[in-house]
Amino acid sequence: MKIKLTQLFAAALLAAFAAGAGAQTVKVGVKLPFTGGGAELGQQVDRGMQMFMKLNPTAFGQCKMEFVKRDGKNPGGVDSKIAVQELIAQEKVDLITGLIYSGNAIATAPLVDAAKKPMVIMNAGTAWITNLSPMIARVSFSMWHAGHAMGDAAVKIVKAKTAVVGYSDFPPGKDSLDAFKSAFEAAGGKVIDEIPMGGPAQVPDFTPFFQRAKDKKPDVFFVFVPAGDHAVGVVKTYAALGMRQAGIKLIGPGDITQDTKLQSMGKDAVGLITMHHYNADLDNPANQRLVAAWKKEYGPTSTPDFMGVQGYDGLAAIAHVVRTLNCKIDADKAMEALKGWQYADSPRGPMSIDPATRDVVMNEYLSELVIKDGKLYQKNISVIRGVKDMCKELKVGRCGK
Amino acid sequence: MDLISVALGGLTAGMVLFIVSVGLSVTMGLMGFVNLAHGGFAMLGGYVIVLSMKHWGVPFPAALAIGFAAIAALSVVLEKFLYVRLYRASELDQVLFTIGLVFVMIALVTLTVGPETQSVVLPEWLRGQTDLGFIRYRSYSLAIIAVGVALVLALWLGFERTRFGAKIRAAVDNRRMAESMGVDVGRLFTVTFAVGSGLAAMGAGLGAEILGLDPQYPLRYLAYFLIVVAVGGLGRVTGVFFAALLIGVLDFVLKIHFPKGGTMFIYALTLILLLWRPQGLFGKRGT
Amino acid sequence: MTAARQLAERHRFKWWEVLPWAAGIAVFFAFPNYLPFGTQVLITILLALSLDLVLGYAGIVTLGHAAFFGAGAYTVGILAQHTGWNEPFSGLAAAALVAGVIGLASGYVLLRTQGLTLLMLTLCTMALLEESANMAHYYTGGFDGMPGLKFQPLLGLFPFDVLYFRSQYVYALAVLLVCFVLVRMLVYSSFGQSLTGIRENLLRMHAVGAPVRARLVIVYAISAAIAGVAGALFTQANAYVNLATLGLERSAGVLIMLILGGYGRLYGAFVGAIAYMVLEHFLAKAYPTAWQLGIGITLIVVALYARNGILGLSDALLRRLGGGGAQ
Repeated sequence: MKIKLTQLFAAALLAAFAAGAGAQTVKVGVKLPFTGGGAELGQQVDRGMQMFMKLNPTAFGQCKMEFVKRDGKNPGGVDSKIAVQELIAQEKVDLITGLIYSGNAIATAPLVDAAKKPMVIMNAGTAWITNLSPMIARVSFSMWHAGHAMGDAAVKIVKAKTAVVGYSDFPPGKDSLDAFKSAFEAAGGKVIDEIPMGGPAQVPDFTPFFQRAKDKKPDVFFVFVPAGDHAVGVVKTYAALGMRQAGIKLIGPGDITQDTKLQSMGKDAVGLITMHHYNADLDNPANQRLVAAWKKEYGPTSTPDFMGVQGYDGLAAIAHVVRTLNCKIDADKAMEALKGWQYADSPRGPMSIDPATRDVVMNEYLSELVIKDGKLYQKNISVIRGVKDMCKELKVGRCGK
Repeated sequence: MDLISVALGGLTAGMVLFIVSVGLSVTMGLMGFVNLAHGGFAMLGGYVIVLSMKHWGVPFPAALAIGFAAIAALSVVLEKFLYVRLYRASELDQVLFTIGLVFVMIALVTLTVGPETQSVVLPEWLRGQTDLGFIRYRSYSLAIIAVGVALVLALWLGFERTRFGAKIRAAVDNRRMAESMGVDVGRLFTVTFAVGSGLAAMGAGLGAEILGLDPQYPLRYLAYFLIVVAVGGLGRVTGVFFAALLIGVLDFVLKIHFPKGGTMFIYALTLILLLWRPQGLFGKRGT
Repeated sequence: MTAARQLAERHRFKWWEVLPWAAGIAVFFAFPNYLPFGTQVLITILLALSLDLVLGYAGIVTLGHAAFFGAGAYTVGILAQHTGWNEPFSGLAAAALVAGVIGLASGYVLLRTQGLTLLMLTLCTMALLEESANMAHYYTGGFDGMPGLKFQPLLGLFPFDVLYFRSQYVYALAVLLVCFVLVRMLVYSSFGQSLTGIRENLLRMHAVGAPVRARLVIVYAISAAIAGVAGALFTQANAYVNLATLGLERSAGVLIMLILGGYGRLYGAFVGAIAYMVLEHFLAKAYPTAWQLGIGITLIVVALYARNGILGLSDALLRRLGGGGAQ
């Protein structure tokens, strides 16, 4: 009897506590692909989020955080849309985050707009997504960030005059081509061939496309393929066809030197030049702390890559909103808090959200692959600071709307 | 454009297709069993090969052998306990069963190994280029072509010159007749099923540089495997061989000259070929 | 009851056939937060039903049925985007027409083959259509698809509901009912009987002088038109369309659902689509990374222990219990 009384008392106490805390609970819907072709990417972003919580236990202040995870399954749009709709209608979340695929972000935009739920995009890189709703902010990148910066640097730093562009034939690929080309030709270079290399899911063999590029004899070969599957194949094909010996430099956005794939490329990749907003070898304290903690948690051969850091920074943005609003989320106030948010402690270096476009502003790093301690290492050549999404700055196509 | 290097590139792609799909053709021809899980066995084999190299430092050729043996054994077990129950079921029930099996394989690999793409670390002697005298070409591609040619020769000899092969040919052409002549088709099936799955496993490991390797492998390439089998003609080893080479080489050449066409060529080509010869290029008419 | 009488009365509506529709209406009131998912289920049932017409009744095994779904989906999308024709019901008719014509043309060319060859030919036709949609970027939006399409309110009264899908659900349920009644009439007509004859014994049908190929092509076109209506519903309900409407994943998925439910019996499309999608939906919610395992095991078990899907299994159970089976 005595025990029962104590239990009752404890239960009552817990209930009272929960009720008190309940007022301060912030519910976040996390929509990522946990199965299918994107599962690897979903896992990387998810781990980035876990790492943020682990390394920044006090970031959310007094607020109690609740995360509801949903599988977005595929890039088809519908499954994602239903998942987000149910997060809003059934789970009553305050904020939405995740979103790997651009197509899914595009399909989901009308929902968050109609329901007035702030959405923090952790990957989806098609440039004009942020124009679709004032409820959308992006902490990841647009294809123009790296593509445009690389086009400029290819002429000014790599000293190239001619280029061939090879890209996976879907919107991010075309964005990357447009971005690179506009900057490269503005700086005085010339793109002499553009090679679409199949869809994002089915490029079994790069050899024919690379063969064609080799025959054109450019100074540089700019390649965009989606992060995840293709990067290793690109580098190996480049080496196997002897394009380096033919005097053609392989360059691209950092998708082709994704950290999680880097070591399996082998020595073939030495000399590869990329532009990106993050790599695991960046020399800043926040990054060193993240990489060390990551390896401790997920094993010595694991590493964060740009997607992991986007998950990390996305949660940092959400933590900022939650703290600013004192755990009570109002959609308009949340978006106001995101606009102009500055984050100095990101593993990618200082970043902020552009108040005009709600898109990320960050450094782009030009790096070259070298061997260090028997491993591939991304050596920093140059930093371009405070890079905005040039698609919206230049008002190209849908970015201007 | 260098004709020889284009030919070699196309041949490599074709050989990989051949090694992975030949088993499917024979088992489908033999029992009429629609085994959509064939790519699943290939995928599992690829994982055995890659992981045994990574964790135990097994050399590449030995790893291929381990992959072959492990998947051949696994397929015998599954055949004895599960497949056998569906021999007399309709093709559609077989589809349901084998797709279910693929889902289970994908889920198990994702949960135990993880969703990430696995890459094969090739031994030093397969990297870089080999000088053939008249041309320097990727050593790895040359090795695949060599393995493919050896394999088709071995299979051809096995089919044409051994008693076992004769039984298979007889059973493919007319199963009832073969059975009435005392051929144990069930046992033939078990053996060919095991060998076919083992070859698929080997092909997945060998071709991982070209086709990649991740849990989605069986679904991603299912259409390709079926196309090769359909174009080659059911149960025809040489048919599959030439179909795989034809599709590999043409796809390769067309991609160089018309990269905008995407994957369209393979499908258009298959459409034309199959309308022209519905039983496949080497299938028997009227069966 | 004699067999002849049983056969003669097969086409009459039974009292229990009201139940699925009552259940569909009940869902509307009982689960207002599930209607977007419910709408997708209804659309998938319609696609599965159209597939049942060719697969279950005419014995045509196809892996390319999403071609017609996609054709319908893109028809209303392109009309709405480029011509401003955005009245929903007439959009359905246009989609049915376009998909039906494509079905007629491709059926005429392809239906001289069967088995694996036909399977591959339908697959290749669909893949070609998908690639064409990808390349015709100006009209179709390419890989991005067409987001943010605008459609007029239904009957001028009920606007499409972005967040809760109330109008869309009722709309899809009504369209499904109309199509179901049409299909049901068709399969019990003499035309439908002759299809079953073709499926069961091709040689005999040839021998009695039935125009076999013409009938197959016609039923293929009708089925394509219905699949086109399903695709049009998809575009209108979601206010967007992309390449996933045309993919192998949809074709194979709906084939699996139909086999799971039981083909050649009208209600198999309902049972299969609901069973598969509900199982997947709730498993994926509970286990975002592991749900495929559950689906896979379910398919294996059904394939091993049932002949002709869940309905086949329930028939066998009823028979064992001494009932006559739910024919």
